[in-house]
Amino acid sequence: MTPGEPLIRWDWIGSHIGEIAFRVGEHLELTVIAIVVGLVIAGGLTFVGLRVPRLYPPISWFSGTLYTIPSLALFSVLVPYTGLTLLTAEIGLVSYTLLILIRNIAAGIHSVPVEVRDAARGMGYTPRQILVRIELPLALGVIFAGIRVATITTIGLVTVTALIGQGGLGYFILLGIQLFFSTPLIIGALGSVALAVVADGALVLIQRTLTPWTRVR
Amino acid sequence: MSLLGDVARWFADPEHWQGPHGIPVRILEHLELSGLAVAVALVIAAPIALYLGHTGRGGFIAINVANIGRALPSLALLALGLVVAISLGLGLGFWPTMFALVPLAIPPIMTNVYVAVREVDRDIVDAARGMGFSDGEILRKIEIPLGLPLMLAGIRTAAVNVVATATLGALVAGGALGRFIVDGLALREFDQLVAGAILVALLAIVTELTFAGLERASRTPGMVAIR
Amino acid sequence: MPRCHAGAMAERRGATVELREVTRRYGDTVAVDHLSLTIPAGRICVLIGPSGCGKTTSLRMVNRLIEPTSGEILIDGQNILKEDPTQLRRRIGYVIQQVGLFPHQTIGENVATVPKLLGWPEQRIRARVDELLSLIGFDPARMRDRYPSQLSGGERQRVGVARALAAEPPLMLMDEPFGAVDPIVRERLQNEFLQLHNTLAITVIFVTHDIDEAIKLGDRVAIMRSGKLVQYAPPGELLARPADDFVAQFVGSDRGLKRLSLLTVGGVELDPADPSRLDGAPVLKPSTTLRDALAAMLSSEAQVGVVKDGDRYLGVLTLSTIGKMLRSGTDG
Repeated sequence: MTPGEPLIRWDWIGSHIGEIAFRVGEHLELTVIAIVVGLVIAGGLTFVGLRVPRLYPPISWFSGTLYTIPSLALFSVLVPYTGLTLLTAEIGLVSYTLLILIRNIAAGIHSVPVEVRDAARGMGYTPRQILVRIELPLALGVIFAGIRVATITTIGLVTVTALIGQGGLGYFILLGIQLFFSTPLIIGALGSVALAVVADGALVLIQRTLTPWTRVR
Repeated sequence: MSLLGDVARWFADPEHWQGPHGIPVRILEHLELSGLAVAVALVIAAPIALYLGHTGRGGFIAINVANIGRALPSLALLALGLVVAISLGLGLGFWPTMFALVPLAIPPIMTNVYVAVREVDRDIVDAARGMGFSDGEILRKIEIPLGLPLMLAGIRTAAVNVVATATLGALVAGGALGRFIVDGLALREFDQLVAGAILVALLAIVTELTFAGLERASRTPGMVAIR
Repeated sequence: MPRCHAGAMAERRGATVELREVTRRYGDTVAVDHLSLTIPAGRICVLIGPSGCGKTTSLRMVNRLIEPTSGEILIDGQNILKEDPTQLRRRIGYVIQQVGLFPHQTIGENVATVPKLLGWPEQRIRARVDELLSLIGFDPARMRDRYPSQLSGGERQRVGVARALAAEPPLMLMDEPFGAVDPIVRERLQNEFLQLHNTLAITVIFVTHDIDEAIKLGDRVAIMRSGKLVQYAPPGELLARPADDFVAQFVGSDRGLKRLSLLTVGGVELDPADPSRLDGAPVLKPSTTLRDALAAMLSSEAQVGVVKDGDRYLGVLTLSTIGKMLRSGTDG
């Protein structure tokens, strides 16, 4: 990576295609696990926060504080205890999804217009039916927006996990920095950006399929 | 636990507080780096956002800049910053980090400043214009003061992100608090690692709280009624 | 537009509703104070009064969205306070001002809500949905798969009424259903609603704050104030003999004119004057309201109206006849 040297050596890419594919898979794996676990935990916490309103502020504060802590710092604190493992990475990654997901799940449930609830009750829906048939489907749109943001953020954070032995495409970024070699660095950097864009696009498509009523105007 | 004991001992060691590699110097480096990045981002993004918000044009750009910004992984930015800096012959450390931090700070600032100006009640602006305010005066005396809380929220997001990412600068031979973490990882010196992590986390939290306070302060009593 | 009366109606499919000393307290405030009234089957009863008079609270006690503090509510003689509220609500149509259509369901699915809750067979539901959509003036094929966000305010209101009627309830509760649309659309919705009611003849309890709407739609009008019932009577009587100053003021100082809109030319005595002398006089039909007739007559120089049924000349309407109707205090 010296001035004058080509930025991308295509032959290197050619000979490392297999590894690149592997790392992309690893990147996706780390992301998907984080989102799924994050959804489960955030869902549970939000449910608790809605049932026991007093607990909602502390839950919100806790996830907000976690989010503020810089990712590298969080991973670093975990390393002495859980080592340079997948678990460490996932604990960190899941923590960062919590704030967004909790906020969006709560906002989703609250986004149901009051007259829709009134009409549903007045027509004879039981409270459980209102939750399942009215509130959750309508909340889905907002929740999915949260999943999108969480996914993109997580894809970005996965690159940082390269520093603790995981990494997905971050592996190439680190390699490039350590070897002072621009090709893997650019692969890793542009690759993770591309991955985020593609993931976002895919999620938008899924969202449109799940919530057809938001599509039409 | 012995690790916490080690960390405590690390903090207690006076050597770690002196000299060019000491804690105070690193904190200062971190603050300088972050502050500069946010300032540059402000200078670039705010005028554009104010213009777009005031005239009501280009909303598409302003909103989507935020979406793009979210998709930029900080490590990737750092990597690209490194490439750019080297190609420009600017060396390691400061410049690659700057090239990463400024694009990171721009999206939240641009989006929030734009939305803040847009959300000011159009009736108020209309009345002001009718009374003879010039565009500049409307911006300065109405839109910015009323939009300040939301703008500060954007600067807060930018600042916290920048403080967090500045940590990574140590990977490209930068200094700042990231140094403790990166060195600690490399040398397996967990006391240094955790100490660095704690310092960075504290700095981020302090930044968040400071701007949250500023945001609250900018909400003058009369404004709460309008909102 | 004149009301159709009892003789023209189909068999009554409505329920009788009786409120006995129904009271609702919130701490020290009494929102509804010992309200007692009976609504005969198939009639439209309008609850009206100033803000805070308790009309909406009373309405919402009939389907137990609000529970009465004391008193009884009987539908077809059965005390509804002993019934499961959810089951009760599935037998009562409910229409509110903002409609509350479920945004995530199609129009067809919205209308099918209560039949589905009651477990009707699929085919019956589908047929019923199409029937209702046609009834409110839509093409079922085009409308049933659309979403509420694609409809105008007036269209949504009509779908709300259809949804309330889906399970063929004997009773319908309506809370300012036409309040959120503009006056032109509102008038059209009111007329359509009256036509619908002529066909269906179910009992309706209707809340409004608009006295003209109450007079136009109500078979009986209940005026409330501070939680108490002040007067409960057919609109004509309300206008002719208001119970006290409050009611007189509430119905408006033009109540005489309002009464005239309840009476038609066909229902009064006509003079057998010589039609040839009457150039420039407006031509009236037996179905023209006295109010419209008065307006037409006052604007012409002749100051009388020529009444014709098609080509058949029936007589002449004079201002003094109208004046007599205004003063008489009898119902049309």
